[in-house]
Formats: sequence, C-alpha cells, structure tokens
Amino acid sequence: MKTAAPAAPASVPPQFDTPAQHDAAATLGLWVFLATELMFFGPLFFGYSYGRSHFPEAFAVASRHTDVVLGSINTAVLLTSSFTMALAVGMRKAKARRAAMWLLWATAALGVVFLCIKGTEYLHDWQQHLVPGTGFALEGGDSAGAQLFFFLYFATTALHAVHLTLGISATGIFALALQRGAAQFANGERIELVALYWHFVDVIWIFLYPILYLVGRSGG
Amino acid sequence: MPAPANSTAGPAAATVPNYLTEQGTTLKSWLTTHDHKRIALLYLVSITAFFFIGGAAATLIRLELATPAGDLVTHDTYNKLFTMHGVIMVWLFLIPSIPSALGNFLMPMMIGARDLAFPRLNLASWYIYVAGGIFTIAALIAGGVDTGWTFYTPFSTMFSNTHVILVLVGVFIVGFSSILTGLNFIVTVHTMRAPGMGWFRLPLFVWANYATSIILVLATPVLAMTLLLVAAERLFGVGIFDPALGGDPLLFQHLFWFYSHPAVYIMVLPAMGVVSEIIPCFARKRVFGYRFMAYAILGIAVFGFMVWGHHMFVSGSSVYGNMVFSLLSFLVAIPSAIKVFNWTATLYKGSITFSAPLLYALGFVGLFTIGGLTGLILASLAIDVHLTDTYFVVAHFHYIMVGGAVMAYLGGVHFWWPKISGRMYPESWGRVAALLIFFGFNLTFFPQYLLGYGGMPRRYHTYPPEFQLLNILSSAGASILAVGYLLPLGYLGWSLFYGKRAGANPWRATGLEWQTPSPPPTENFAHPPVVSTGPYGYEPQTGTEQPQ
Repeated sequence: MKTAAPAAPASVPPQFDTPAQHDAAATLGLWVFLATELMFFGPLFFGYSYGRSHFPEAFAVASRHTDVVLGSINTAVLLTSSFTMALAVGMRKAKARRAAMWLLWATAALGVVFLCIKGTEYLHDWQQHLVPGTGFALEGGDSAGAQLFFFLYFATTALHAVHLTLGISATGIFALALQRGAAQFANGERIELVALYWHFVDVIWIFLYPILYLVGRSGG
Repeated sequence: MPAPANSTAGPAAATVPNYLTEQGTTLKSWLTTHDHKRIALLYLVSITAFFFIGGAAATLIRLELATPAGDLVTHDTYNKLFTMHGVIMVWLFLIPSIPSALGNFLMPMMIGARDLAFPRLNLASWYIYVAGGIFTIAALIAGGVDTGWTFYTPFSTMFSNTHVILVLVGVFIVGFSSILTGLNFIVTVHTMRAPGMGWFRLPLFVWANYATSIILVLATPVLAMTLLLVAAERLFGVGIFDPALGGDPLLFQHLFWFYSHPAVYIMVLPAMGVVSEIIPCFARKRVFGYRFMAYAILGIAVFGFMVWGHHMFVSGSSVYGNMVFSLLSFLVAIPSAIKVFNWTATLYKGSITFSAPLLYALGFVGLFTIGGLTGLILASLAIDVHLTDTYFVVAHFHYIMVGGAVMAYLGGVHFWWPKISGRMYPESWGRVAALLIFFGFNLTFFPQYLLGYGGMPRRYHTYPPEFQLLNILSSAGASILAVGYLLPLGYLGWSLFYGKRAGANPWRATGLEWQTPSPPPTENFAHPPVVSTGPYGYEPQTGTEQPQ
C-alpha cells in the first residue's frame, strides 16, 4: 500500500514529515542524552559510595572542611536559576518574548554567579592545601580517605561546572537570539530543550550538595 | 564505492538514480553526506580496514604460538600484539560493526523512514569514530601498549611504560561515536516509524539494534568516565584506583566490566537481529515466536547489565556477591536459549535454501550455542577458579564474538549486499568462504578450549611443550580462517563492478527495505510506505527460491 508523501513545511528538516514529529524527536533525543550524561557521572557517585563506606571517619572529617556557607548560597543561586529558567519557557510559550529574554539573561547571570562563588571556594581549598596531588594536607583522620574525598569533590564539582558553563552558553545564545528578534530560531520548543538541560545540571547539584557538604556534618 | 554501469547491466537498471550516484561521486560528496546509507558505507570501509589491522596482530600471535619457545617476538612485543588485537577488534570493529554499518543502512528503511532522526549527528559519529581510531593507531605506531584491552589497574596506572594515554584517549573518543549512534537509533525507532509500523511489526533486526542502542547509551559513558579516571591517575597522581590515595584497584574492574560485559551484548544482539532476518527468508517461514524473540532481546539487554561480577570471581569479591552474579549469569541463558530454539523451530519443515547468508546464519547458531554453553561452565563459581585466565576463556569469548558476531556480520553483509551495491555477489564463492570460515574458526578455537582445560594460561608467549600439538592445530585453523576472511574482500569487491545486477528483491524477502529499488534512491522510498501487516509474511509453499 502506498500513499502520496504529505507535504512538510519548509522549516522542518527533510527526514521529518511534520513539525510535531521534529519536536518529538528533539525532545526524546535530549532525554536520551541526559540519560547518557547521568551515567557519565555514575562512576564518580559510585566512587563516593565506595569511599564513604570504607572511610566513614575520614569522609566525615574531610567533609567538614568544605565551605558549607558558600555551598548553601550556591545551592540557593542555582535553584533560583532553575526557577527563572522555568519562567522563561512559560513566557516564551505565552509569546511574551521580551520577558522570556530577560529571564534567560537572569538565568545565565545566576549561572555565572554560581561559577564565581565556586571559584572562590576552590581558591580557599587551594590555600588550605586540600587539592589532591599538590601537597595535600589535612589534620586528623585517615589521610588517604580524606584525599579520596577531596578528589571526588573536585572531580564532581568541576565536571558539574563544565556542564553549567555549556548551559550558560546555550542560555546566552537563546537570550541573544530573542534580543535580536530571531523568534523562529529561539522558539518555545528549543528553549524548553535548553531548560531541560539546565534543570538536569541543577539536579546533579542537588545530589552533590548534600553528599559533599551536609552528610559528613551530621552526627557527632 | 560508486558502481559504474557496464556490460552486465540492463539498459533500464543503469539509468535509475540511486544514493550511489544521485548526490555526486566525488570524495567530498561522500565525506559531507548526511545520507544514512552513505554514512553506513563510510563505516563499512573503515571497520573493514580496522578488522584487517586487528587480524594482522592475531596472525602474528598465532605464528608465535606455533612453537613453545618465544622465538618470533619478544614477550614485550607479544603483550603489545594481543593488546592491539583486543583494542582494535573490540572498539574499532565489533562494537560498531553491525549497528553502525548495517544498522545505519537498514534501520531507517526497515521502519519506512527517509533517514535517521539526526543525520548530521550520524555523520559526526563517523568522524568521531575516525578520530578515536587515529589515536589508537598513533599509539600502535608510537610503540604500542601492553596493558591488554582491559587496562587493569594498577598496572595501567602505575607500572606500564607504554603509550597507555594515547589508547585511552582513542577508546574514550570512540565511545562518544557509539553513544551518538545509539541515541540516533533510539529516537529514530520511537519517532520515525511509518504509518502502521507498530512496535510488534518491527523486524527483529530493528528490535535488536534498539536494545543495543539502550546499552550503548547507558553503559558507554561509564567506560568513558572510568578511562578518564585512569588517565587522571596516571598523569596527575590523583584518583580512585590507587590504595595510597584512598582508592581500590578492584573498583576499576567493577566499573570496567559494568561497561564491558554489556558490551558483549552490544556485539551479539545485533548479530542475533541479522540471523533473525536471514533464517525466515531462506526457510520461507514466518519466524517462530516473534514476540518471545523480541522480549528475549530486551531480556538479554536488561540481564546483561547485572552480570559484570562474573569477570571477577577470583578477584577476592564476597562469596555471596559471587553467588548472585553466578545465578544472574545463568539466567542470561534463558532468553538466549529461547532464541536458539526459536531459530531452530523456524527452520523446522521450512523450504530451506542453503545460500551463503544462511550458511553464515547457521554457523552463528551453532557457534553461539557452543560459546553460550561454555559461558555457563565459566559462570559456575567452582569451575571458574580453575579456568579463569586460561585459554578456555579465550575460546569461549571468541566463539561468541567471532563465531557469533563476525559470522552474523558477514552473513548480513552478503544478505544485504544486493541492496547495498545493486549487484549480486558470486554465490558459489560466498558458500565456499562461509564453509572455510566455519571450519577454520572451529579448528582455531576448539583446541583452545582443550588447552585452557589442560591449564594453559592466556597472554603468555611461551608454553610447555605438551601443549604444542593443540597450538599447531589452532594456528593451522587461523590460516584457513585468514583465507576465509580475505575471500569475501576479493569477490565482493569484484562484484561491485562485474556482479550480476540485482533486482529490488532478489531473495523475495518481506522487509520494507526490499520494497524499494537496489540500490535505493536517496530518500529510500518513492512514496512513504504504509504498513498493514506484521513482519516475516513468508509463504512456505512458494519455497522454490534459488539465489541469483
């Protein structure tokens, strides 16, 4: 059985029949990508579980050397950025392009603030000789276990920062596009994809924050 | 590989525009193509090149092992040879072989789509693959690597003085090519199916590649991060595998096998998909138990994620953990057996034509069964202590990867060759090569089961003289195998220019890919197909099929 090809709008790539099919593919593609990303972080989380079960005291001691004030402020900053991002998607879909643009800029700016605070934290860690492989020194507890904790701390937060940087770039590109009136490019579906990615980076942090800053501080 | 029209061509056939000619025949038109069929051929050519490079390393290994003394290469060179053989064959040939070459070509056509969902990503995946391959070959030229394809720590992080980083980077990069292909396939199967193409009307080849894609997407990033951690530890002395830094070398084995055991199913599931297309076609029968076949594919993919610990029975893991891993490994046998029984039941009372693709497919079923059953022997805790790191293990996984995956890959290449090239391959040569490979393979690897059971360890370039007879048999088999693998390279290349023109459907097969001309036009179908029946609607009474 054969039927004639349905005529697709010019904006849809040739392999798709309809804009809806294009959107469905892009959205699913991003979800699959996020699944890959999650598994990419997997060995680091697995390494953390291993270290915490093998060196509970060292992890507790090391965890108390993280900067819980800056870490908590950063968590608030990032959660707020997800809020502005979600609002931006809603505004763009409601055709409030100007509001969407400002909200995207706010999201990107909050991301930059997060990176600046994180950088300050790294500087403090460096001054306190908490960077593994560069004369690591930490009073009390098992040195190897503490070093493992700080290796995981730097590996996970740096990888998170790399992802956040990509998210900031993407958000900035779409904010700029809206500012220049490229509404076709910066449509609601695409901005929603950027938002999905942004929220994913946020969710990673929501797991990193308690395991790095909070759990080790609980108890005696 | 453009196919110019000449002597054997009918006048009508020569003028039909197709993907080989429509987009131009310049090198640039190939290297910038977004057409999944052309990208599939780019993959086909590159994986073939890597197959023969990896094969050359295997040839030297078998030559060295012809005598008990280490008289051809030094032990260092030998270590580098088996490492390069493993790295190239696993990551640059087997993993991409069926999905990226055949799957890329066929998946969109089988579901009635014009292309994959993300054609540019598809081309990018090939370039990423080539970039990773270049790093790996660079390591080979720079002097090689001696860690084995498994990169076990602490040897790879602290003791090896070879080009470990180069190969790690190469494998890391190639991994992203796998991920992108898997992502593309998953999205394509979900969103690009033709009207009427429900999930249980998909050919099993599509099911197999879909399940494989899920493994690619979920397991490969774990390997990527693990290799990154090995590189960080090697370069900067920080990490999670060195006990002095608070880590554990065993952690590497857990993470590595979390990817590398499912990787076995990345190799063998698509092979099962190929076999499930070939057998019904040449038995002229509907595949037996279609739904069970689909569920078995998914079952193997899921179980495959939960058995990695069976590579570590002698690594000092907990006895109870080992018992669970052993049990789960046994469970993989259930969906595998369902598949073997269903293929057999498909053949039962079929009108069978022993064409070259079917010979390869039957070879797959037999060799996969032997490889699978010996896998159960290895999954048994007590026996594994005796057999770990012996040639029994080497023989077991070569039965799955070479006897299974490579046989099916070659069967698939022959089966779809008329579709890909528009030409028939010489059938009698095809049968000769299939039989040579089958006998050569068994002569190479069956003695290795006996060697391993007798206690010969793997990865040594010398051995006690009492093992020599079996080793000579194995090396003799390898030379037959080499001829078997070189033959298709010759006659398939010949057929590109001189082969008989194939019609749209030379096998009278039922898949959508056969309902369009050979070679297909760029957009695959002149009219988007609408599907109204399930797959494999073969009629037994018309079983007078003669290939060619």
